[in-house]
Amino acid sequence: MRHIISLLMENEAGALSRVAGLFSARGYNIESLTVAPTEDASLSRMTIVTSGSDAIIEQITKQLNKLVDVVSVMDLSEGEHIERELMLVKLRAEGDARDELKRMTDIFRGRILDVTDHTYTIELTGSRVKLDSFIDAIGRDLILETVRTGASGIGRGNRILSL
Amino acid sequence: MEMTGAEITIRCLQEEGVEFLFGYPGGAVLHIYDALFQQDKVKHILVRHEQAAVHAADGYARSSDKVGVALVTSGPGLTNAVTGIATAYMDSIPMVVISGQVPTYAIGEDAFQEVDAVGITRPCVKHNFLVKDVKDIASTIKKAFYLAKSGRPGPVLVDIPKDVSAHKTEFVYPATVNIRSYHPQGRGDSQQIRQAAQLLLEAKRPMIYAGGGVVLSGAAAQLTDLVRLLGFPCTNTLMGLGGYPANDKQYVGMLGMHGTYEANMSMQHCDVLVAIGARFDDRVIGNVEHFAQVPRKIIHIDIDPSSIAKRVKVDVPIVGDLKLVLDELLSVLRSSRQKPDAGEMSAWWSQIEEWRGIGGGLHYRNSTEIIKPQFVIETLHKLTGGDAFVTSDVGQHQMWAAQYYKFNHPRRWINSGGLGTMGFGLPAAMGVQLKHPGETVACVTGEGSIQMNIQELSTCKQYHLPIKVLSLNNGYLGMVRQWQEFFHGNRFSESYMDALPDFVKVAEAYGHIGIRIDKPCDVEPAIIEALSRKNDLVFMDFRTDPTENVFPMVPGGKGLSEVVLSEDL
Repeated sequence: MRHIISLLMENEAGALSRVAGLFSARGYNIESLTVAPTEDASLSRMTIVTSGSDAIIEQITKQLNKLVDVVSVMDLSEGEHIERELMLVKLRAEGDARDELKRMTDIFRGRILDVTDHTYTIELTGSRVKLDSFIDAIGRDLILETVRTGASGIGRGNRILSL
Repeated sequence: MEMTGAEITIRCLQEEGVEFLFGYPGGAVLHIYDALFQQDKVKHILVRHEQAAVHAADGYARSSDKVGVALVTSGPGLTNAVTGIATAYMDSIPMVVISGQVPTYAIGEDAFQEVDAVGITRPCVKHNFLVKDVKDIASTIKKAFYLAKSGRPGPVLVDIPKDVSAHKTEFVYPATVNIRSYHPQGRGDSQQIRQAAQLLLEAKRPMIYAGGGVVLSGAAAQLTDLVRLLGFPCTNTLMGLGGYPANDKQYVGMLGMHGTYEANMSMQHCDVLVAIGARFDDRVIGNVEHFAQVPRKIIHIDIDPSSIAKRVKVDVPIVGDLKLVLDELLSVLRSSRQKPDAGEMSAWWSQIEEWRGIGGGLHYRNSTEIIKPQFVIETLHKLTGGDAFVTSDVGQHQMWAAQYYKFNHPRRWINSGGLGTMGFGLPAAMGVQLKHPGETVACVTGEGSIQMNIQELSTCKQYHLPIKVLSLNNGYLGMVRQWQEFFHGNRFSESYMDALPDFVKVAEAYGHIGIRIDKPCDVEPAIIEALSRKNDLVFMDFRTDPTENVFPMVPGGKGLSEVVLSEDL
């Protein structure tokens, strides 16, 4: 099953490689991984999307907690949470297709960031499913390039990951 | 007063009460060696290969409750040390390894003897540090020692670039450590402990399975109290030998791939199992699905949450320091009016005795013609009264030493259990002998393993270490040969050791005494002779039966009850 694991860790050189190394050494899946400093610059917040049986997810959270640099770990998918991903997508936009692509972008609440004679570059934010749906709706023929950040997640309401 | 990073490094080791620093100099650590030269509190032991430095520090740590410390240079110094670090990591041995690094300004330029020490060691250390500022040396070393010995112990690497060891700053050694992301558990959860106590009191076929954690946390006395209070059978893992006295009637022997029949059958058929500082690894329970075929309640006590429910499902997990958890468990059990059911216990013990009868305990057919390796270990045990420190390498001799030397005390059996590192025995024995001068330290090895670090005979000469080396020389990489005989149709691919040196001459060349023993009747006199030479290293080259195999054996991937008892079956 797909899980979103969120963690806080010391913002130190090598911290990211400790997490990435743990996943590869123990054969765990990483679907995506995002990391950036928090409002407290000494801490980094990481969101890892992974999949596995309950036993594997339990091991993943335990092994992450065991890393000395990791301050706290939360499996967001165990409770109410919000998940967002940002995608930049460059489309071939020529002739009649330009209007259609503009309409589709509006429907998905995307924004056109850059326009040339032949291309649109669109920014789209949402869940993984929404971004996938947009790609399906546009059709792969028109897509020149996509860049996705991977999911970031946060708990709803009082579910807070902190020191 | 301002001091250089190198001087600070050595001062930190002094503050930590480090007696011995096992190491090998090189370019990137020259400042540190210079600082070492100008003091006499920390004694440096010059090994002949960096792997041996780490194993020696490891042996020192395993035979005491102290942190082992090694010092190596950058590049090949560090890569040579990696095997030693991984060995310590797999067996959770507290250790601090200090490595030199090229100067900070050269890092990343593929400088001479540059290697990414932090990157290479990351998967086999508890934690590691690259110190980029001389001001951070003292606090980093303080943290390294704290991390190495607290919680689940393990090796910690501190990588110090050459320019950092030359820079100067004020020396202040922190009195305390606070790592906000690291809080090892002390006491266990009281609710869980009470639940465990209840399960134990209601058990009909209980089993206590104790591992290396008991030795590491110093909980052998508590374990013994627990086993005796309840009247339950107890087994030790390879790493846990000595955690419970082997001569006790409630001890059913070591379990696992080469464990006793009674230990493995009791493990398989018990209804309540308490795992104490053990981790259900593949060499212990074999096939997980087979193990799960018999329903049983499992109580698992361990300092490391990730060890719990890793391979088997656990009913009562208890995370905490074994010593504290067992103290609390004992007090709950003592205050309970309930006792284990005497009738059930007696029936269970009858069953265990029956298994003992089938397996016949451990046995081999001795010979007057050819030396049986088991006989050598039995004789060593007899002549040392079971009180020697025994280090081993890896292979058949290791299993025979584990089976036939009966350890009654913890920290006497020193072997590479997790990583299975050939070449561990002799350097580990050096660390043990330095920590315990005057005590008998026996290194049980084979002609294969000993050659992986035989150069350390030179170190032994330099520091007058009177280790007794018992090499069970059967001319084969015995355990490989055994598996090839059983599972590869007797095709002994590259397991025969041709062109062996004359080990007596090798020992003599290094300035030691060598004895070659060919006949069973000469085994005892040779060991007596060796033990009587209190100040000499004696290398005993026992020519043993090349066809002897280690039994019992649970073949890889099989279940605990699918055991092969002996050649005859």
